Amino acid sequence: MTTDTPAPVGSTVVDKRFPPITRTTLALYAGASGDLNPMHIDIDFARKSGFSDVFAHGMLVMAMLGQAVTDVVRPDRLRAFSTRFVAITELGATIRCEGTIAELFEAEGEKRARLALTARNEAGEVKLSGEAIVAI
Amino acid sequence: MVDSSAIGRSLAPTHARVEAGRLRYFFNTLGESNPVFRDPVAANAAGFAATPIPPTYLFCLEMMDADDPFAMLEALDIDLRRILHGEQKFVYHAPVVVGDELTLQSTVTGVTQKKGGAMTLIDVTTRITNQRAEHVADAIRVVVVRNPEAAS
Repeated sequence: MTTDTPAPVGSTVVDKRFPPITRTTLALYAGASGDLNPMHIDIDFARKSGFSDVFAHGMLVMAMLGQAVTDVVRPDRLRAFSTRFVAITELGATIRCEGTIAELFEAEGEKRARLALTARNEAGEVKLSGEAIVAI
Repeated sequence: MVDSSAIGRSLAPTHARVEAGRLRYFFNTLGESNPVFRDPVAANAAGFAATPIPPTYLFCLEMMDADDPFAMLEALDIDLRRILHGEQKFVYHAPVVVGDELTLQSTVTGVTQKKGGAMTLIDVTTRITNQRAEHVADAIRVVVVRNPEAAS
């Protein structure tokens, strides 16, 4: 996206697929992120808590969404980034991150775009929905 | 059950240093290949003082460098098995790059009861400043607590 040729509202500007989330992914992410909640790495703990298995950290999937955004937007042009964790992301999920331009506006003396974002699994179920505000 | 008396509660601030090695581990886990994050020369060429952090990493820094990452939950007497992360928001004011020394101060800014008390939503807002006392970002998380004993 450049200042000269902003894509129109409705355009899909983010579309990235990630490899399946494995137990290894969750173990590595726990260490890499400092999120040591055993819910994501210890099946015994997850079962005691009423879940059938461990599941992905919401923030792991948000990091995927963030990466998909910064693939097309310089990180210093990101003004805000938010997500709702709509549903638990199961082991094995193959996440696809998409973003469309929902609004073009001006704020604080610069042109900005609001991107509507989703992270879905291979069945198309929304796991995260959110938005990013970027300077264009 | 946590109620609105928790609003305003804050803990000792967390001090975190943005380290290249820890960041590399994060990028390897996520399969990040963007040169602006991975290569200091590319970051400099793009106008960054050093390689920048990715959008969600502020959350990680607080978890990694807090003496007890679950201190807020313990202070509010919340069982880890009953929580889910409901929402997360970041508002960015200035870039954060490798080498920065951050101070992260978290405060409970909202408590909402849902479904007749079966769920409590707790908003925790983290104000983040750097070594020059610049306010670089705010991170806001919504923690969902399931209160099965309150479910009718």
